[in-house]
Amino acid sequence: MSNNSLVSISDFSKDEILELLEDARRFEENPNQNLLSGKVVATLFFEPSTRTRLSFETAINRLGGRVIGFSDASTSSSSKGETLHDTIMMVSNYADLIIMRHYLEGAARYASEFSPVPIINAGDGANQHPSQTMLDLYSMYKTQGTLDNLTITMVGDLKYGRTVHSLLMAMYYFKPRFNFVACEELKMPVEYKIFCEKHGIEYHEYTDFSADVINETDILYMTRVQRERFTDLMEYERVKNLYTLRNSMLEGSKDNLRILHPLPRVNEIAYDVDKNPKAYYFKQAQNGLYARQAIICKVLGIK
Amino acid sequence: MANTKKELAVAALENGTVIDHIPTQSLFKVVNLLGIKNLTGSVTIGFNLDSKKCGKKGIIKVADVFFPEKTLNRIALIAPNAKINVIRGYEVVDKYTVTLPDEIVGIVKCGNPKCITNNEPVETHFHVVDRDNVVLKCHYCERSFKDDEIEII
Ligand SMILES: [Zn+2]
Repeated sequence: MSNNSLVSISDFSKDEILELLEDARRFEENPNQNLLSGKVVATLFFEPSTRTRLSFETAINRLGGRVIGFSDASTSSSSKGETLHDTIMMVSNYADLIIMRHYLEGAARYASEFSPVPIINAGDGANQHPSQTMLDLYSMYKTQGTLDNLTITMVGDLKYGRTVHSLLMAMYYFKPRFNFVACEELKMPVEYKIFCEKHGIEYHEYTDFSADVINETDILYMTRVQRERFTDLMEYERVKNLYTLRNSMLEGSKDNLRILHPLPRVNEIAYDVDKNPKAYYFKQAQNGLYARQAIICKVLGIK
Repeated sequence: MANTKKELAVAALENGTVIDHIPTQSLFKVVNLLGIKNLTGSVTIGFNLDSKKCGKKGIIKVADVFFPEKTLNRIALIAPNAKINVIRGYEVVDKYTVTLPDEIVGIVKCGNPKCITNNEPVETHFHVVDRDNVVLKCHYCERSFKDDEIEII
């Protein structure tokens, strides 16, 4: 069993996060470094996610490593009924590192308990997606120059959005202040509010996406409001446009405000925002490459 | 120690373990959890007995068996106030209330159908995150469950 796996962002200490941010910055300066020469990395996508897989595979290629794996469980041995356990054991004979995405929650934690090689969790159902959190942290760090004392406004689907939950947990080291903007049906779950209270993190909840909230914000974290999340479709029709960001809403916002979104977007950010220099979501996705390069080297113990 | 009839009933065991103050609705779950049906010695199970503290209660007296404290603490999930009396030679030699362990391995089923533990042969594992309100967090899928949502395997 390898202790170097990355399953959940909370596996990292504050110092480790800061060190990873610094590593990501170095990879951004020079993304092509032959650090994985002679290494084979497996990307096992039991559930397809082209965006995440391409980002990881680019990271490996730019580090000079080689990639094996599959992008869809229907083409893999698990479609023949092989257990996750047996697939991981088989692949660990070939690879130095396994990057896996799975539709079952806890799959990566379980794999990390018996795999002879490190595991990086590239998403386990609705649970964790730590490389996404790392790239969010890196994007915030880069645009604000610090992670300390930021006012972060999260908008949209705060109930099911795993990226906002992981980000909230990871930020507790950095004394943030949160605004949660969502409709009744997609409010931040109680357990995360308890987490904030327990750690002395200030938060405010709003159902209105108003200028007052935007104007005090450093990081505006937008998420998708998905139709399939609603038990009441009438409610969806009522709220679907209430949490859309338009360029005119940014008029009184702070100069340092940056808009993040895990992508893909649907209609929660109007296209007229894209030209605003405060729109950061496409650059944010690019930061994923550097954050993933940093993570890969960390779990493999490569400096 | 008051010399009441109830105390005498407990003391009537020569050697063994008495588990008292089990909520009556949890009695048979406790019986299962401790694997009592596999025992060969004599076992007395009291069901729906009157209790001053909690209305109706259950009690289990197991002759000639001394459970490790760790094993008995597993029942704290469903019988948080259970009292243990260890009897040797008709005397109560040890007495304690069960306490919830920090980690619960096995015993509890994860309530999340998409959890790996419900889909692959993985032993369940929970962290007790809130002892007073009995909140368990799954080690794998990281979901939390309150006491009324907890399902014993
Ligand atoms: Zn679970």
